[in-house]
Amino acid sequence: MKFKAMSTIAALAITVPMWAMADPDDDVLVLNGETEMVTKTAAPAHLSDAMDEVMSGWHFRSDETQTMQADDFDNPGMVFVENAMAAWETPEGSEGKSCASCHGAPEDMAGVKPTYPKWNDGAETVYTLQMAMNDCRTKRMGAEAWGYDKGPAIEMVALMSSVSRGMPMNVAIDGPAQATWELGKELYYTRTGQLDLSCANCHEDNYGNMIRADHLSQGQVNGFPAYRLKNAKLNGVHSRFKGCVRDTRAETYKPGSAEFIALELYVSSRANGLSVEGPSVRN
Amino acid sequence: MKLSTLTAAAVMVAGVAHAEMVAPTKVAFTEDGAVEASLTGKAGDAAKGAEVYGSKKLGNCVACHEITTQDVAFPGNVGPQLDGVADRWNEAELRGILVNSKMTFEGTVMPAYYKVDGFTRPGKAYTGKAADDTFGPLLSAEQIEDVIAFLMTLKEE
Ligand code: HEC
Ligand code: HEC
Repeated sequence: MKFKAMSTIAALAITVPMWAMADPDDDVLVLNGETEMVTKTAAPAHLSDAMDEVMSGWHFRSDETQTMQADDFDNPGMVFVENAMAAWETPEGSEGKSCASCHGAPEDMAGVKPTYPKWNDGAETVYTLQMAMNDCRTKRMGAEAWGYDKGPAIEMVALMSSVSRGMPMNVAIDGPAQATWELGKELYYTRTGQLDLSCANCHEDNYGNMIRADHLSQGQVNGFPAYRLKNAKLNGVHSRFKGCVRDTRAETYKPGSAEFIALELYVSSRANGLSVEGPSVRN
Repeated sequence: MKLSTLTAAAVMVAGVAHAEMVAPTKVAFTEDGAVEASLTGKAGDAAKGAEVYGSKKLGNCVACHEITTQDVAFPGNVGPQLDGVADRWNEAELRGILVNSKMTFEGTVMPAYYKVDGFTRPGKAYTGKAADDTFGPLLSAEQIEDVIAFLMTLKEE
């Protein structure tokens, strides 16, 4: 069959020496010389018919970019974490409260980030971390909600992530969240746009390959928020999704939309077992 | 028929203007996914085709393919190397692969370059906005024929 024959040719091409560099590397990420991160691990059970191993996007970046992330002094994303530390203690809104008033120190939030997105009983819907934070702001502080993936929100997500670094991603996909997870899975495998490509086409079928100068990773979200050298700021998960969908020449969904919330839950579940890394450094 | 007479004339007199174009929705495929007739009714220009092949704004084929004799920074490897591709496929087959590669390779990731319908959430180029009335095929009939002429020069045997 022609289709099969061609796939073999494509597979063989990967062994050409110049391209050998394109494979994910075997480097080890040790944070601040202390915490060894899990950047490769057995795929979670729900993924086992698609792939054996899940890998952090860290393995697909250059040595220089990798090194930047390994040390907080070199990680440009940590500046934004510091902004969030100040915001954490600053009272806002009609109730005169700050995050610290109810939650104590940011470190007390360790373990929260790896479980999001997750089902919220009160709201009877799946919440991303940003939605949970905005609940606090509007209902408990009497402050305005932060714009989705906007500076203050993404900085706070980075702080919440930084205190959970090294902990395994652990989002629940069963129970009341299951329907949302199913929707996210459907979106992941739906080919969109004039280029007619799905997330899986690039990040499941072709990770390790090069699309021009871009080294395709598995598109994992354990490193978010990600500081991108390309735009020199922290980037949220939904903004990344939007960019990827746009690149299929499709009409995108909006950050904070029901579709991207579902997709975030599904993509996060593909990272279950990988260490939380945010803020990561990517190109 | 008047139409076929015109087309035949255009093929014979190379470079004749106003040849009859085959619209994206009117392309006829063989059972194996090949397209026999030129989309413009005439032969393409290989030099222009090389440009379309390499340009990020046009075909951007280099995003996924490498031709080792070509000096291009960072060719991709999602698709196979195209060295000697004209030894493997004839002109009609290459035309089919360009117009809609899924007719040749089931489920392929290679985009269809001369197709305007059947997409999910088609957008307006790379803006992320919905497609509007400027929506057209990724490449024009002429550009497709030019790329085919270029690919036909890739012979090793
Ligand atoms: C046309 C190819 C393509 C498609 C389709 C695509 N992406 Fe990506 N994606 C990329 C490239 C290139 C990058 C940057 C390099 C990398 O990390 O893979 C990227 C990066 C990412 C990242 C960042 C990974 C990290 O470690 O920083 C995530 C998350 C992601 N994609 C998710 C998705 C999702 C979800 C979809 C579907 C909605 C999708 N992508 C569709 C090409 C694609
Ligand atoms: C997003 C990736 C992608 C892009 C862009 C792309 N291709 Fe392909 N192409 C492929 C893949 C993958 C195959 C192999 C078919 C398969 O197995 O799916 C292929 C196969 C081919 C073949 C048959 C290859 C052989 O060795 O027998 C030709 C010819 C070809 N492509 C030409 C082009 C041209 C010309 C362009 C640009 C106008 C282009 N491709 C753009 C991915 C791509």
